[in-house]
Amino acid sequence: MSETHAQTVTFVRETMLPPVAPPLGERGAVKWLRANLFSTPLNIALTVIGLLAVYWLISSSLPWWLNSVWNASSLGECRQIVAANAGEGATGACWAMIRERWHQFLFGFYPPSQWWRPILAFGLLFGALAPVLFSGQKRNLTIVLGAVLVFLLVTLTLAGTPGFPFALAIALVVGMLALAQVQPGKLLWFTLIYPALCFWLLWGGSVWAPIVAMAGFGILYAVFRLASPLIGLAPAAGAGIVVAVLWWLYADKAAVGVLHGILPLALQSINSDQFGGFLLAIVIGVTGIAFSLPIGILLALGRQSDMLIVKTLSVGFIEFIRGVPLITLLFTASLLLQYFLPPGTNFDIILRVIILVTFFAAAYLAEVIRGGLAALPRGQYEAADALGLDYWRAQRLIILPQALKISIPAIVSTFIGLFKDTTLVAFVGLMDPLKGVTQIVRADINWKGIYWEPYIFVGVIFFVICFGMSRYSMYLERKLKTDHR
Amino acid sequence: MAMATDAPKDGFRLSMLIYDTRYRSYTIQLVVLVLFALAVAWLLNNTAQNLAARGKVFNFGFLWQRAGYDIGQQLIPYNNDDNHFRALLVGLINTLVVAFFGCIFATILGVTVGVLRLSRNWLVSRMMTVYVETFRNVPLLLWILLSYVILSETTPLPKDFKVTDEMIAAGEAPKASMILFDTVAVTNRGTNVPAPLFERGLGTLDLGFMSLNLTFWAVVAVIAGSVFVNRRMLASARATQEATGVRPVTWWKSILVLFAPVIVLLVAMGFHLDVPVLKGFNFQGGILVAHSFTALLIALTLYTAAFIAEIVRAGIMAISRGQSEAAFALGLRPNRTMSLIILPQALRVIIPPLISQYLNLTKNTSLGIAVSYLDLRGTLGGITLNQTGRELECMLLMMLIYLAISLSISTVMNLYNKSVQLKAR
Repeated sequence: MSETHAQTVTFVRETMLPPVAPPLGERGAVKWLRANLFSTPLNIALTVIGLLAVYWLISSSLPWWLNSVWNASSLGECRQIVAANAGEGATGACWAMIRERWHQFLFGFYPPSQWWRPILAFGLLFGALAPVLFSGQKRNLTIVLGAVLVFLLVTLTLAGTPGFPFALAIALVVGMLALAQVQPGKLLWFTLIYPALCFWLLWGGSVWAPIVAMAGFGILYAVFRLASPLIGLAPAAGAGIVVAVLWWLYADKAAVGVLHGILPLALQSINSDQFGGFLLAIVIGVTGIAFSLPIGILLALGRQSDMLIVKTLSVGFIEFIRGVPLITLLFTASLLLQYFLPPGTNFDIILRVIILVTFFAAAYLAEVIRGGLAALPRGQYEAADALGLDYWRAQRLIILPQALKISIPAIVSTFIGLFKDTTLVAFVGLMDPLKGVTQIVRADINWKGIYWEPYIFVGVIFFVICFGMSRYSMYLERKLKTDHR
Repeated sequence: MAMATDAPKDGFRLSMLIYDTRYRSYTIQLVVLVLFALAVAWLLNNTAQNLAARGKVFNFGFLWQRAGYDIGQQLIPYNNDDNHFRALLVGLINTLVVAFFGCIFATILGVTVGVLRLSRNWLVSRMMTVYVETFRNVPLLLWILLSYVILSETTPLPKDFKVTDEMIAAGEAPKASMILFDTVAVTNRGTNVPAPLFERGLGTLDLGFMSLNLTFWAVVAVIAGSVFVNRRMLASARATQEATGVRPVTWWKSILVLFAPVIVLLVAMGFHLDVPVLKGFNFQGGILVAHSFTALLIALTLYTAAFIAEIVRAGIMAISRGQSEAAFALGLRPNRTMSLIILPQALRVIIPPLISQYLNLTKNTSLGIAVSYLDLRGTLGGITLNQTGRELECMLLMMLIYLAISLSISTVMNLYNKSVQLKAR
């Protein structure tokens, strides 16, 4: 059929036609609009509703943003300025409040002459985190440490840092930058001493208090190394812990006193009730995150354990903590801890809150990590056993790296939850940025009746931090992805 | 020749307790148990000493003393002459009410947002992403405080609703007006909503320790009966369909069975709405819903819905494309594909994290303290605790109650989870 057909036609094209551009409705913006916004009647309706909603949002809030006032001393003055500039009845944001009170949102009642200390601690926090987050990556480490250097140079100058600590801090960061070029792995030592340094910077007091406390860990390690050839690993570890605890309980105070007598090196000491705002939120959040991860891992392993008693205790702890609201635990910290501790003990409220927040996050982390452990194929456990690895080696080298990798998104969202929950410390009398500070500002006669501005300011800072954490977790997930999908 | 040799039969040495895996776990457990017992003993001893030092005794007798404080929102009769236990119950019911409505609204909003976020409509999916990220990354406390402040500081005063003769003459409208066909008034004191009233109610039945509102329970019983009959009817229709291949028409029967009995009952009892009316300086009639309740409910709903939306999205995305392609190949229409193929599999993934969101929402109701909502924490853990000074008893009791609520929710939801899980062969 086709042959006869071929013979009957008078013209056969011998060259290919050049491709013609697709019709107007099938390319470019028109095609995109049709495919993404107006494909079906339902979609058209959704688009129209969405556009209306966006229009309503913008039309009702844009004037408010545009009429913002940055220079005023009270809300009434703000409103007068807005009325003068934009006419009667116009709305306008009064950011002058933030301009006047930003320091309370950031530092609470921390003395202004000492602001350089939390700033320095905050900058060095990234110096301590970088070796953990970007282990051994020279380029990323350099970027982070360079950013820390620039941040500290600018903010410490603005905060009016005295010359000596300023020079010391900059020298420290420059030294770390140099070390990152030569031996980036060694930077982890800074991470190890950072907790003591941070504590000293924030609370002040004698420099010897954190050094002597850290020496306890040194003593633990020394006893362990010396005793382990003689009595074996486990008893040596036990002995080390006992000696370290004895050191902290009995020798600590005396040693600090003696050393301070020899070399009195101290910062002005700051009370916990002067902490507030994001300083408080970050102190509680970061400490809670740092300590809850190891406790959470141990609890998860305990829950997976074959040992009945260990398992029961872990399950009981996890289920109890997860079953009650954080607020009740915080009230336990403020009201009940005085019943459970020996009569006469009274320790810092921030520390008590940190302990309870850590336990709270650890119970949630334990469940998350348990999910990761359960998701690991049985063969991995069996392979570790077949290689003859003992329990801790198997966990450390085979099981946990994979289980933690699986649970990274959930772990980070637990961290985000913990950081958001730091606002609840307002209910035990601490001055968190959201309720504590905002209430103080709103109680001021000048700023009475202001509500959008403080909440937007605090909300945006929380958003940036939490969103940043979730983006980092996505980066980490991509980086550690080893499957071939 | 036996290849395997028995373990060497050396005598038992003490070091085997640590180095021999057969005994090591016992050693560890014993050590843990002893340490745990010591810790508990230490805590109990401290507690006993502290209680003695303060001259307090550990008992719950204070629960039967007069409470002496008022609670704004009470769903069971309560006045300040009742005892602390009654106040506890009122608070517990307030907690459960917020949690119940919060879970329902958050699920509806969350599922909608989650599905819309997967929509091919670029604008809508971006808007939903913005919503989810905004609400997930900002503390719940901010949403609670913000909605409370907005409700109580931007809403009009009751007197703004007033329409005077001069205003009618001048053709002016009042500053504020009621919404929803003039039945709901939002003022700075609260939200006035219509109250359901009955002319010929069934009264209450006094059981001694509590009283039952017979009218309410009659309505509940009739609705439950209707639902039961409707399910039986649908089951028999299904049986007919499987036997004969023809499904009897059921939609009008369903509507009749579900709605007619309730309507008849309501009419028989003389049901009518008591609409709030402005009299003098305030609204009279209807129910005044406090802003603390509304703000807490709005904030919990919006916040939890953002998480539920992510869960729903993840659940739907977890179903491989092959499933929907196979359904289309079988000739199923899109909505049938959704209800028969995608959803049953997605629910399997969605339910477990959804349970924990419900638990979180229930525990987060304790943030009502920020807006002085008198829930369990506000009554037992707040005013009762402060009045009686019994921190230990109040906190323990409160934790136990929260624990019991959490465990019962997770039990119920786990049962439901079991029923939707794929049955392994």
